[in-house]
Amino acid sequence: MTVVQTEVGEQTSERLTRSALIRLRFFRNRLAVAGVVILAMMFLLAFVGPFFSKHRWDELDFLALLQPPSQEHWFGTSQIGGDVFALTIRGLQKSLIIGLLVAVFSTGLAAIAGGFAGYLGGKVDRSVMWLIDALLVLPSFLIIAVMSPLYRGRTWLVFVVLLAAFGWMVTARIVRSATMSLRERDFVRAAQYMGVPVRKIVFRHLLPNVASILIIDATLNVGATILSETGLSYLGFGVQPPDVSLGSLIAEGTASALTYPWLFMFAGSALILTVLAVSFIGDGLRDAFDPGSNKSKKKSKAS
Amino acid sequence: MNTPSSASNLIEIRNLSVTFPSEAGIVRAVRDVSLDIRAGEVLGIVGESGSGKTVMSLSMIGLLAESASITGSISYNGVNLLELNDNEMSKYRGKDIAMVFQDPLSALNPVHTIGRQMAEALHVHGDYSSEAALRRAIELLEIVGIPRPAERAQSYPHEFSGGMRQRVMIALAIANQPKVILADEPTTALDVTVQAQILDVLKTARDMTGAAVVLVTHDLGVVAGLADRVAIMYGGKVVEIGNVNDVYSSPAMPYTIGLLRSIPRIDDAGSSRLASIDGAPPSPVALPPGCAFAPRCPAAAPECDASVPELVSITPSRMTACVRQTDIAGLQSSGKLFAEIPRHVALQSVTEGVALEVRGLRKTFPLLKGSVLRRRVGSVFAVDGVDLTLREGRSLALVGESGCGKTTTLLEILNMVAPEAGTITVLGRNVAELSRKQRLEMRKDLQIVFQDPFASLDPRLPIGDAIAEPLDNFGMPKVEQNQRVMELLELVGLQRDHASRYPSEFSGGQRQRIAIARSLALNPKVIALDEPVSALDVSVRAGVLNLLAELQEKLKLSYLFVSHDLAVVQHVADDIAVMYLGGIVESGPVDEVFAKPQHPYTQALLSAVPIPDPKVERVRKRIILQGDLPSPANPPAGCRFHTRCQVRATLPAEVAATCVSDRPELVLRNASLVACHAPLN
Repeated sequence: MTVVQTEVGEQTSERLTRSALIRLRFFRNRLAVAGVVILAMMFLLAFVGPFFSKHRWDELDFLALLQPPSQEHWFGTSQIGGDVFALTIRGLQKSLIIGLLVAVFSTGLAAIAGGFAGYLGGKVDRSVMWLIDALLVLPSFLIIAVMSPLYRGRTWLVFVVLLAAFGWMVTARIVRSATMSLRERDFVRAAQYMGVPVRKIVFRHLLPNVASILIIDATLNVGATILSETGLSYLGFGVQPPDVSLGSLIAEGTASALTYPWLFMFAGSALILTVLAVSFIGDGLRDAFDPGSNKSKKKSKAS
Repeated sequence: MNTPSSASNLIEIRNLSVTFPSEAGIVRAVRDVSLDIRAGEVLGIVGESGSGKTVMSLSMIGLLAESASITGSISYNGVNLLELNDNEMSKYRGKDIAMVFQDPLSALNPVHTIGRQMAEALHVHGDYSSEAALRRAIELLEIVGIPRPAERAQSYPHEFSGGMRQRVMIALAIANQPKVILADEPTTALDVTVQAQILDVLKTARDMTGAAVVLVTHDLGVVAGLADRVAIMYGGKVVEIGNVNDVYSSPAMPYTIGLLRSIPRIDDAGSSRLASIDGAPPSPVALPPGCAFAPRCPAAAPECDASVPELVSITPSRMTACVRQTDIAGLQSSGKLFAEIPRHVALQSVTEGVALEVRGLRKTFPLLKGSVLRRRVGSVFAVDGVDLTLREGRSLALVGESGCGKTTTLLEILNMVAPEAGTITVLGRNVAELSRKQRLEMRKDLQIVFQDPFASLDPRLPIGDAIAEPLDNFGMPKVEQNQRVMELLELVGLQRDHASRYPSEFSGGQRQRIAIARSLALNPKVIALDEPVSALDVSVRAGVLNLLAELQEKLKLSYLFVSHDLAVVQHVADDIAVMYLGGIVESGPVDEVFAKPQHPYTQALLSAVPIPDPKVERVRKRIILQGDLPSPANPPAGCRFHTRCQVRATLPAEVAATCVSDRPELVLRNASLVACHAPLN
């Protein structure tokens, strides 16, 4: 990582705020930028790809069952003659959005619930903790399955909300305990004595100091959600056949991974690339947030 | 120091270097140090954090971390201790060379009784029966002044106070009649009245065993009273060594000169400002090429950076490591070295306005028992009956030992809510009557600077944002915020381009300046300073103290200064309030109180503060208080100080009885307020 100092002139009267510094540090990180580029390209592929595809995802070619990749079918065909390229990008569209949205929602919920519960303590803390414990003991898959008839036919975005609603609890507990120890620190007390409102203390002082936990959580959530969403599809909820997602493609293709690798390989690679890109971005963000991430520079500059 | 070894040298350290690997590079903790420890002497080793003093003392007893690489030799009785393996070293450890650690809590095993731990130390090196060992242990505990030693030997470490534990550590150290006692900051973790007790015990221990004592400390006052010779360390090297009187009266190395001039003295308010040494001590990872002190030295010349200066003799008993040795005396007399600048004098109360007034403040914390149904079984009287008056433009120091309630008082004032009992009036307004909005407005006028600048700045917020936070909070537009941040940075002696850096890039002294800048952002009228320099290195304290004095004069601030360091108080405060166990025992103008203390506690407190001048320090009569601070959960009846009072024993019986029965009120007597039935002077 490069360092901020070089950016700051000797006689400047301008200063860089935290958000400016974080942006600067993030875009200095080559891997992080690579992550952003890869992710952007995945989106491009998912949403622009169909215009170039020779086949639609729901069109079956009965003359080419289980064919390996060819001029006609770039990624080969499935057991019933579906074009794997078209299916993969169709799956990618769904999975990218589900994965990213659920990760952002559930981590955001965890940060807010954990942060406020830990900082405020008392009644707020007790009620949030009660809610968390209740949600943890309820079998979330079962509930989603029971509720599925209610939502059948509605937009699959409801599904994103539900997945997020059942995925934030453990992280919220971690954030809460981290916040409780930060709460006692002098810089938080200093902010209180300056009359800084609770909301600002949580968002400006507490959450940035637990940023690494949140970022790791969000990064892991992306991959996990894409895969776990398949499980729900079996229960008749979420993305339903004949519609596909990366998760369902991978689940179906795994059985024949060795004999007909193209069924599995392309969807698998798309997932790996997505998760990799997200974790590059996550690492970059974490380093950008953490001023101590470049230790050697820090030491030499302390005067 | 390559004088031929003489018989009187107990330990000879030759060319000792210690390095540690670290992520940031190689830590050169000790660099080519040669030193003799003579039989029966007290050698003071003085240095700031990171100067290598602790590493050097640990290397003598073979307790350095595995990762340390050590070169050179340490010979004791002709044996090179560095060549011994751990088993062989164990024969010397505790027997010939004993150690007293800084933190007596972690140095004692919490699951064994004191008597058992002492007996263990005796068994290891001597042939004692269990009974004899216990007898000897009790004997030793008596020597170090533990009351009822036979009974206390059965107690566990947690049942002892910090001072008592340190006594036990000293008893352990002298158990086997060692030849050398290494004492690493033995009193740093203790209060000043307890420090006086422990130093006294250390003297007794030395007299009883005739052992040489190596006293490692950062406190020049402690060394002045106890040591025969003193070695000053800086950047891993000994930079000056000699007889304690000579070093203190005519320091020869610029660092020593600056250090001695930068510490406030309790016996002399002084008309000149404290000398401030620029910059901060070097990191042992990135030491300068030549003299480690050169970057901060006012006498630095190009030749200082050329090579590391070696210790050279200037008189038979003095050595100093400075290239410009011959010029120093001349520079000093011509005032080019830490020139004396007249001290800032606080406004002699231009207005009679009262900035802050506290009357009868009380704060108790409940003592709870039970895990399911928690019931209140008692109260901790943290603050009980505190009266304070801070006049505009002046500084009021609130002093007392740890646990006396001074920080609780400060936080109660800053909370700005109605206290449990009593009233708090800030700038003429009773805080109990403020609405939410008014309270927020009021916060503009009352700000705080915390003790530890490493904890008081958000590590993930650039300092510009940190300073701008109060401005932003009160709705100042961004452009003006920027301008104000730059102004403030310059005001506290930092540079504009520092604004975009994170706190981790600054040293302790700089961070404290940032914290001060933040507290000044809203143009407050009153600033509460909670031990603002006690977490800083000795050589950077003066700079911060001078800044505070300068700002007070420039901005007409009133300071409420909480401190346990009376020498600092003497230097910065106009008025003083002495606190003992939750109450004020004496308050008045500093000069008055220091010259003629009227409360016995004030008197004892003042006499316990070591003065960094051996000539004065050694002839001073010291009042050593008995025992420790009583528990605030169960404070003594009547005058809270009566259990430790040195005067009460001399009083007629009927007066002594009132000390136990009635709690004295604060009454005006000779220009100051005192709460005592039998005031002094």
